[in-house]
Amino acid sequence: MLTVLVAVGILLVLSLIFGAILGYANVRFHVEGDPIVDQIDAILPQTQCGQCGHPGCRPYAEAISNGEAINHCPPGGQATIQALADLLDVEAIPLDGDHGTETAKRVAVIREDECIGCTKCIQACPVDAILGAAKQMHTVIADECTGCDLCVEPCPVDCIDMVEVGVTSRTWSWEKPQGIAAQPGSIIATDRQAEVVH
Amino acid sequence: MQTASVFSFHGGIHPPENKTQSLRLPLGRPSLPTELVLPLGQHIGQSSRPLVNIGDKVLKGQTIAINNGFLSSFLHAPTSGTIKAIEERPIAHPSGLSDVCIVIAPDGEEKWSTLTPLQDWNTLSKTDVLAYLAEMGIVGMGGAGFPTQVKLQGAHKHPLTHFIINAAECEPYITADDMLIREKTIELVLGIEALQHLVEAEQVIIGIEDNKPTAIAALNKVLSDRLSNIKVAVVPTKYPSGGEKQLIQLLTGKEVPSGQYPADIGILCQNVGTCVAVHDAIHLGQPLISRFTTLTGDALKAPQNVEVLLGTPIQHLLNYAENDSKKLKRLVMGGPMMGFTLDSANVPIVKTSNCVLAASKKELPQPAPEQACIRCGMCEQACPASLLPQQLLWFSKSQELEKAEHYNLFDCIECGACSYVCPSSIPLVQYYRHTKSSIREAREAAVKSDLAKQRFEARKARQDAEAAEKEAKRLARQKASASKSSETKKVAPKAAPAAAATTATPAGDDSKKLKIDLAIAKTKLKKLQKQLLEAQENEHTEEINTLQLQTSAQEKAVALLEEQLANAVASAPAPVPKAPASDELKKAKVDVALSGTKLKKAQKQLAESPDDAELQAKVAGFEKELADAQARLSKLSADAPASSTAATSAAPKAAVSDELKKAKVDVALLGVKLKKTQKQLAESPDDAELQAKVAGFEKELNDAQARLATLTDQAPAAQPAAANAGDELKKLKIDTAIAKAAVKKVEKALKKAEDLNSPELDTIRQQLKDAQQRADDLEKALANPNTTAPSATPTASSAPAPSQQANADKQRKIDLAIAKAAVKKAEKGILVLQEQGQDQAQIEASGLPDKLSAARAKLADLEAKGESPAATPNNAETTTAAPDEAALKAEQIKKQKIAAALAKAQINKLTKRLADSPQDADSIQLEITAAKQKQQDAEAQLTQLQLAQVTPSQDNTQENR
Repeated sequence: MLTVLVAVGILLVLSLIFGAILGYANVRFHVEGDPIVDQIDAILPQTQCGQCGHPGCRPYAEAISNGEAINHCPPGGQATIQALADLLDVEAIPLDGDHGTETAKRVAVIREDECIGCTKCIQACPVDAILGAAKQMHTVIADECTGCDLCVEPCPVDCIDMVEVGVTSRTWSWEKPQGIAAQPGSIIATDRQAEVVH
Repeated sequence: MQTASVFSFHGGIHPPENKTQSLRLPLGRPSLPTELVLPLGQHIGQSSRPLVNIGDKVLKGQTIAINNGFLSSFLHAPTSGTIKAIEERPIAHPSGLSDVCIVIAPDGEEKWSTLTPLQDWNTLSKTDVLAYLAEMGIVGMGGAGFPTQVKLQGAHKHPLTHFIINAAECEPYITADDMLIREKTIELVLGIEALQHLVEAEQVIIGIEDNKPTAIAALNKVLSDRLSNIKVAVVPTKYPSGGEKQLIQLLTGKEVPSGQYPADIGILCQNVGTCVAVHDAIHLGQPLISRFTTLTGDALKAPQNVEVLLGTPIQHLLNYAENDSKKLKRLVMGGPMMGFTLDSANVPIVKTSNCVLAASKKELPQPAPEQACIRCGMCEQACPASLLPQQLLWFSKSQELEKAEHYNLFDCIECGACSYVCPSSIPLVQYYRHTKSSIREAREAAVKSDLAKQRFEARKARQDAEAAEKEAKRLARQKASASKSSETKKVAPKAAPAAAATTATPAGDDSKKLKIDLAIAKTKLKKLQKQLLEAQENEHTEEINTLQLQTSAQEKAVALLEEQLANAVASAPAPVPKAPASDELKKAKVDVALSGTKLKKAQKQLAESPDDAELQAKVAGFEKELADAQARLSKLSADAPASSTAATSAAPKAAVSDELKKAKVDVALLGVKLKKTQKQLAESPDDAELQAKVAGFEKELNDAQARLATLTDQAPAAQPAAANAGDELKKLKIDTAIAKAAVKKVEKALKKAEDLNSPELDTIRQQLKDAQQRADDLEKALANPNTTAPSATPTASSAPAPSQQANADKQRKIDLAIAKAAVKKAEKGILVLQEQGQDQAQIEASGLPDKLSAARAKLADLEAKGESPAATPNNAETTTAAPDEAALKAEQIKKQKIAAALAKAQINKLTKRLADSPQDADSIQLEITAAKQKQQDAEAQLTQLQLAQVTPSQDNTQENR
């Protein structure tokens, strides 16, 4: 009986000691901020387009950390959903069509001779990518444009086009090979020889 | 000439060389094509910027495009001709995409522009020589097209131990460098010497594979002739010994660390083609406009090396080498290992095109279908970069980019050795290329999203700052207007008694002077406050300080005066119950205003430097002070009305001016009630109930007026002289109150007498009339400011006549005066509010317009009463003898009153309009002034008439009697 009591006592003392250590460590090594929000925010494409229904990428990151679905980001597309799924250890789900569809990368282009210089698009741009002044022609700094679409709606003369960024020889990338058994019926290597003989 | 020791590198393969085909024929020089297509991006880095326009004539060697940034290059016309177009053309790129090209239509003259060789290259500064090389458009011709001057500059970071000339040319089929060495040995050596002069390496080694004996012999001969210390290192044939890092390892035994450049370990590597181009540039002044290219493959009947102008379409070269289009199945730019398939032969030769392989189907069969990796490990054995191709394949297939990077995917030189040896025909290199692209894209996207985030956050911060600034300004404005209104609260009571005082002074000259002084003082104070506000808005700190000092000094003086005044009032015989309390009240108000101002100032400073902890503490302190002061003030003002004798026991508002207003409204209301009741009484003089009511109302009126008197007395000040005036005013009012009390008493007595049908009735009536006369006079003295010495002394007692009517008349006059005063006060209140710039809603909220309309209603009421037959002032004199002269006079007075009331109504209307349309302020203000003038005239006449009426009516009655 005494042995049992001693054992229980020792365990109790140990648990108290470790509890104290853990408690101290929790205070001493407290991490400021919410690191998971930062990680999610780093994955999001930062277009700040608001298509997810949040005013910017960070609010959506916060919403995700609070349990919102990860498939509300059309600019990020499936790649972002996959990355978020990996990060949060949840299942990757298809993009929610209610929030828009995944499109090729686009930039806003102002038809400059039609611009009346109202500055409305400048106010709408979340990344200050539009240059101009009141009653002066505006233009989009293409390199800074995230293609968020937010400037199109406010334009009173509809002079903003969303133009797809085409692939140039400098942005082109090699295709992924089609993989094993891409051509059914010619799986066996010796089939090639037969073909050559023909 | 010396030989160098040779090391070895890991892996490598020995594919069929196929080099002999293109060496059977001597160097060819194809004819000029019909057009030369020069892509602007023939090198690594930024595309060049075109210098020419369509239609321009260019000479051979003329610069047609210049560098566009640090990592960029020049471009020159390969022949003389005309710029045909600057447009997108398909280029030699694995993607088969187009790029901007300058298209030249040759004129066939091959006319060189003026060539200026760099004769003094060994005496010029190295920077100048590098700049010259850049201007000559020289880029690395081995494969990547890295701008040479950039590479040479990079080599200066560390002292060079080795300068290696890459002549290995390990890839099958290609013999361009072999042919170049054979053809241009001396130029090559001269170029190497020029470069060695620039880089000053300890050793210069030419690395060449042992499958080029002719070239080696030629080199050895030239080098030994020149007694050069350039070494020739013959390396065994093994693919890919021509890779930069592999050749370095072969010749020096050093391995370039992962992620670093050869320059980082003191080694520079240059292709033989580049060395020849450097020679041409320095010694001949010729820019890079042509290169050696191998045309080979089974599909060509005459495979050979050619010296070809840049921009020559490949189709032209195929034709030159007698292409058999039936045999041609696959056109490859570069060698079979590292080259890429061209979709079309209409692409031009660029600075990096070392081979065109026109392969037959048998020569380069379609790649076998990919099969599963069997983990044989042959790729690992073959990899010259000592990577783990198998692992990289898994990571590439599963898009695990981070892991692939971790396994040094970027050290892969894409030599294709692994794919070559793979028994499962897995296109490993293609996987790696794709993964590399994905990683680069992800990196770029990350950079871009980081930038977007930064910009978004910067914008947000900016917007927040703007909003905060706006909010701070708004708060400051609010504070400013709050303190201003608390200041004007002080001003208002001052103004109100001033208005009252204008009605009060019995001895004209003194009081006028005092009033003028008072008005001047008030104006000064107002101006000062205005200036202070402006200064605060404009943030003129120094000005604010001085103004604040002045204002607080003035306020202190005001407080002092008020104290004196309060003391005087307290020592006065009249019952002044609240003097000390109101004194404290004023002090408290001053405190509130002062701490409010301080707080404002501190907040402004705080807004300018939000991080100042001291300021924040100050602000907090001031806020506490302000709260304390306000608490004190509200407590005091709550106490004050409670102690007052007024009938209004309703919960009072904070400021004394409110109380004052209330008292005045009370007085006015009571006056109206009293007047009505008196009218009724006049109709039925025997009604005891009515008489009792009259008495009650009169008592209340009395009380209210007494209260008003004390309140108005407490308020004024600003000048020492004002104390006297206030004192007099107060005395007068007290007198009035006493007289009214007497009237009330007598009326009570009269009522009793009437009830009892007492014989004393007549005497009592006489007494009442006297008392009322006295009260009337006093009231007049109070109500009419411009009266010149009215008979304040009680007029003699002999006035028996129609006492009831006279009584009513007097009462009406009193009522009228009170009503007028009420109207005036309300107007003044509205004006003050307008001066403060408050909007219509706030004015509405203050209840002043209601008061104004109530007062006007009363006036109208009074005027309605006087609607009995009237006579003009002129006929008044003619009808003096008439028995109802008094009534006529009263009518005249009424007429004047109507005129005054009309003028007032006009003023009211105008003030309202002013409030509604501030943009017309000026014109409306003018109209108001005119209307006021009218009103004053009317009032002056009225007063005269009233004065005249008092005495003549008595005379008349006497006469009548």
